[in-house]
Amino acid sequence: MSLLSVNNLAVHFDTPDGEVTAVNGMAFELERGQTLGIVGESGSGKSQSVLALMGLLAANGRAEGQALFNGQDLLALPEAALNRIRGNRVAMIFQDPMTSLNPYLTVERQMTEVLELHQGQTRQQARKHAIEALEAVKIPDAARRVGLYPHEFSGGMRQRVMIAMALLCQPDVLIADEPTTALDVTVQAQIMALMRELQRTHGTAIVMITHDLGVVAGLCDEVMVLYGGRVMEQGSADSVFERPSHPYTLGLLHAVPRLEDQGQRLTAIPGAPPNMAHLPPGCPFCERCSLAEARCHSDRPALVARPGNGWRACHKSPAQVAAAALTQEEAL
Amino acid sequence: MSAAPLLSVRDLKVQFALPGTWPWSRPRLLRAVDGISFDVLPGQTLGVVGESGCGKSTLARAMLNLIPSQAGRITWQGQDMRGAPAAQWQQLRRSVQMIFQDPLASLDPRMTVGRIIAEPLRTHHPELDTPEVLRRVRAMMARVGLTEQQINRYPHEFSGGQCQRIGIARALILEPKLVICDEPVSALDVSIQAQIINLLQDLQAQMGLALVFIAHDLAVVKHISQRIMVMYLGRAVELADTATLYAQPQHPYTQALLSAIPVPNPRVQRAKVVTLLQGDLPSPLAPPSGCHFRTRCPRAEPSCALHAPVLRPVGSGSTLAACDLI
Repeated sequence: MSLLSVNNLAVHFDTPDGEVTAVNGMAFELERGQTLGIVGESGSGKSQSVLALMGLLAANGRAEGQALFNGQDLLALPEAALNRIRGNRVAMIFQDPMTSLNPYLTVERQMTEVLELHQGQTRQQARKHAIEALEAVKIPDAARRVGLYPHEFSGGMRQRVMIAMALLCQPDVLIADEPTTALDVTVQAQIMALMRELQRTHGTAIVMITHDLGVVAGLCDEVMVLYGGRVMEQGSADSVFERPSHPYTLGLLHAVPRLEDQGQRLTAIPGAPPNMAHLPPGCPFCERCSLAEARCHSDRPALVARPGNGWRACHKSPAQVAAAALTQEEAL
Repeated sequence: MSAAPLLSVRDLKVQFALPGTWPWSRPRLLRAVDGISFDVLPGQTLGVVGESGCGKSTLARAMLNLIPSQAGRITWQGQDMRGAPAAQWQQLRRSVQMIFQDPLASLDPRMTVGRIIAEPLRTHHPELDTPEVLRRVRAMMARVGLTEQQINRYPHEFSGGQCQRIGIARALILEPKLVICDEPVSALDVSIQAQIINLLQDLQAQMGLALVFIAHDLAVVKHISQRIMVMYLGRAVELADTATLYAQPQHPYTQALLSAIPVPNPRVQRAKVVTLLQGDLPSPLAPPSGCHFRTRCPRAEPSCALHAPVLRPVGSGSTLAACDLI
């Protein structure tokens, strides 16, 4: 049995414009020590899907489906039981470390609270462990710094404090929501190296949410590409990057400028991300897809097995998508 | 290098006096831009890269005298702008326009798109009558990929990418010679980023624009620029042709920056050896003595603390780098 097994996850919000479905039909299995990357643009539902797992949806949101963690359904657990798991066995790192740390409390107080609550440690023991955790994420002079307030740290340091805090109870699953987006590339490289090392030593499974395909390539075993709240393509990182079988994955890969490019024109995806309150009845990507035909606008493609491994949701055959990839590359 | 530079900046310094820790202590001096020199050639793109806090945006604003500079010379088409009166800067801003990072925040929420785009025309060409202004606004909207029907809408009705198109239309309506783009695509999703980069490149080719393109994303800067300046804590550490900079980065900081960019290819990215820098950017209020980069430099020697290295030619090509160890 997998460590975390998510089936048919859906997230709905009640809004003044009616019900909006942010995530629909998401499923994945996560094994110990594995990394899953969830990629998508803003509004694609990547953050909402993991917030639902953690029971952190806004008041007007509600999750459906099943998320089994060691056999327990995270979505059905009462608050008290969920509190014993989140922060302890399943931990989360948020995108913006400044707004997710409490500015009124010292780092020590915020870190010891976790250990006192989940592991019943005394303040002294907890303080010792907090310092060790800060040392593990390579914060110099941790014994002194543990007494500082969040604003006294730089952005990269703050993100390291967040990681240290998430890893305090040695969680089985770490959910990282765009952990490096707010950071500079040299600091991002430090944080990524750190996450890789922690995964090696602790065997933590990681769910990595990002819009940066480079981060996914460096860290993830599995990739899930989301668009309009639905899975477009899902499979091993090697195979999705090498042989994308969905026009949207293809579009994303061609839209980013690369260092090895010779100044060719970028292939932009036309149009804008869809309005989640008025999704087309067919494929959510149909309005921006260069391969779309009549049935793409009317029938929603089901998730079917993709060649090699994983799943894809597209009416076009993998061969047709591959042919489109070839013509795009030739056009460059 | 034959054409006369459109804009040349020599030894530009921008300092901010921050209040001291206590009311009675002396103000602290923050050297945001500390002696930067470069030329912008007509029709060319100069990329400026660096991490947050290195002075990129301050540099952009100081070039247009939107914030005062303490030292240095700015020459616009051979005309020395040092100590120029406000009216002369106003003249210059007809030919030099700016595009900002946050597409929504840089548009007045209470003005319609038509008024936003027309504002520079009304300011700099008050002689134009309304039908003519409208005609130009409509033409410019079409060029940046907006439809005429959108002219009476408000900024909040547009997505981030479309807001950036409005910002571009506003910058280009005066048909400037130079556009300073301050992180124009970093707030946008990748698929939209590519649209805006392509649009900027098309308009640059059609209108013969020179661009100063400021960004922290090296892949984006490489894509659009002919020359690139790498900044670190207010100083230029390397200035080179794009191809040379990426093929043979000279300065240790440029090398680390290039190696830190994740490549969207699992095989390449996993096999890559990344030069990890130690620690964080030092506080610009108390930069290290000598070379600013020495506290994080993998090659630093004791002599690096003694004096600040100056930009000088290194390597075979036209590269300038500020490092005494090369």
